[in-house]
Amino acid sequence: MKILVCISKTPDTTAKIAFTEGNTKFDENGVQWIINPYDEWYALVKAIELKEKDASTIIHLVTVGTADAEPIIRKALALGGDEAIRVNSNSNDSFYVAKQIAAIAKEGSYELIFTGKETIDYNSASIGSMLSAILDLPFVSLANQLDCNGNLATVRREIEGGEETCEVNLPVVISCQKGMAEQRIPNMRGIMAARTKPLKVVEPSEASATTSIKKFDIPVAKSGVKLVDPANMDELVKLLKEEAKVI
Amino acid sequence: MVLVYIDQADQQIKKSSLEAMSYGAALAKQLGCDLAALVLGTVQDNLADLGKNGAQKVYHIKNESLNTLDVKLHSTLIANAAKNVNATVVVFAHNINGRAIAPAVAVKLEAGLVSGASSLPNTVNGFVVTKTVFSGKAFASIQIETPIKVIAINQNSFGVVAYDSSATVEEMNIPIPAPSIKITKVEKIEGEIPLTEASLVVSGGRGLKGPEHWGILLDLAKSLGASTACSRPVSDSDWRPHHEHVGQTGIQIAPNLYIAIGISGAIQHLAGVNRSKTIVVINKDPEAPFFKAADYGVIGDAFEVVPALTAAILKSKTAN
Ligand SMILES: Cc1cc2nc3c(=O)[nH]c(=O)nc-3n(C[C@H](O)[C@H](O)[C@H](O)COP(=O)(O)OP(=O)(O)OC[C@H]3O[C@@H](n4cnc5c(N)ncnc54)[C@H](O)[C@@H]3O)c2cc1C
Repeated sequence: MKILVCISKTPDTTAKIAFTEGNTKFDENGVQWIINPYDEWYALVKAIELKEKDASTIIHLVTVGTADAEPIIRKALALGGDEAIRVNSNSNDSFYVAKQIAAIAKEGSYELIFTGKETIDYNSASIGSMLSAILDLPFVSLANQLDCNGNLATVRREIEGGEETCEVNLPVVISCQKGMAEQRIPNMRGIMAARTKPLKVVEPSEASATTSIKKFDIPVAKSGVKLVDPANMDELVKLLKEEAKVI
Repeated sequence: MVLVYIDQADQQIKKSSLEAMSYGAALAKQLGCDLAALVLGTVQDNLADLGKNGAQKVYHIKNESLNTLDVKLHSTLIANAAKNVNATVVVFAHNINGRAIAPAVAVKLEAGLVSGASSLPNTVNGFVVTKTVFSGKAFASIQIETPIKVIAINQNSFGVVAYDSSATVEEMNIPIPAPSIKITKVEKIEGEIPLTEASLVVSGGRGLKGPEHWGILLDLAKSLGASTACSRPVSDSDWRPHHEHVGQTGIQIAPNLYIAIGISGAIQHLAGVNRSKTIVVINKDPEAPFFKAADYGVIGDAFEVVPALTAAILKSKTAN
């Protein structure tokens, strides 16, 4: 079985979110970069778990990013995966990125294509669904469990107000979330092995962006907390009713 | 034309879809164009009532096979329907179904997508929609460059608007492709409002010390008719189910009221709840970072404060 795992580079969850160039660009100054947590903890580790069950499984990682994404890709390879492909381009447009990954996916004929549930920077949760449409494949979102048996995948996913199990024939695109796999940390052997794993760089294929970011804004801060005496909860109820008008 | 996709769960129209409908109605007015709703599957609601949320027309693809989510099937039908009626903007609720389907529809319509939108577009100079990014820590204004546009509007960011009218319902007969997935089992969480739709949420953190202490929180939630949530370590330790985990790596919510009990307010937690309209923090540590993000704060022991708050709420209810 061949699995393609989509990996995105995102700012660390504690990174200071600020913008430069007249609020049109994310300020990368001093930002630590990580593998998007959903891609790492759930999508990649699930692929590794499948390979541990069936050693003939081949895992490829793909990222759309410039050379500064390479440390992230190496870190992902240290967790597992056989080789990585970096599409040498940078874009905030989901459609453009999905097009690039689709071109890689077509070439590799993968049975499973994994994405994380969303990226923690642009939160669009779009790549998996777009990929499935470009490749004309089924898409299962928010998966928290997956078993493969021959050509059939059994997936548990989150739905409005509950969970659902479904069966789908491979190939399929799946977006992964909590429950899918157990988060791991790379070990020394993995880190050493990652240094020599192939990291192929390919130039982007022809595609045009459908959106562009005009500017960023930081939400206005709360005006300050109003403290209520712990012995006077009637006061809090009154404030919630009459001032905030939320109950 | 603005076409609003009305989704359902258990054959019932979701509140988030009514918000999307109201958003679509405001958008159609702004653009000076027609407005219609699109419903897939069989629903129990009276579809003409969508007029009360602004729809003039409701297109209905009535087929039971469409009652559960199949992204390939749904996106094909929605894109074909949009082409049939010459839709220029297709609006979705950014809920579980909408966020899965909208991107595929955008591809099929060669349309630019803004997913997680938080406002009506600015059309003075192009078509610019704001959306939340960095898990609510910032907004981005995004220009859609394509003739057709797809917008998925954040839940609880656009209120349901009531109109005094009724919509005409028309069945749309378009070929329905074969399903791409087969549902074999459904597990519903009974009797709870899904967290993302709840307008009142009571949430607990590690400060409650263990699952056996959740009773005081559940009592408070019950007194308010609120849904319950928790911080990540709480669900990681299985004190509470995973679907209650809110935050950057859990679900992101924007209720009218979020009451945080024994939660320190780590940046990753705040990212999931900072769009709440009103935040109440109950914590015994006056230095807890959460107080900086709160509207109302109570510095005290949750084991005393929470039962007292519940009692005060119940008292105020009987007083009415
Ligand atoms: C990549 C990454 C992603 C993450 N994603 C998330 C996420 O999505 N959601 C999330 O929640 N966390 C997330 N975290 C974890 C986050 O950093 C915090 O560790 C976590 O939110 C802390 O949970 P807590 O507030 O319940 O516990 P603690 O930080 O231990 O806080 C407990 C609080 O309870 C108070 N307290 C104790 N006893 C009492 C009492 N008797 N009465 C009143 N108050 C009391 C304490 O003063 C303290 O403020 C993430 C972390 C990382 C690194």
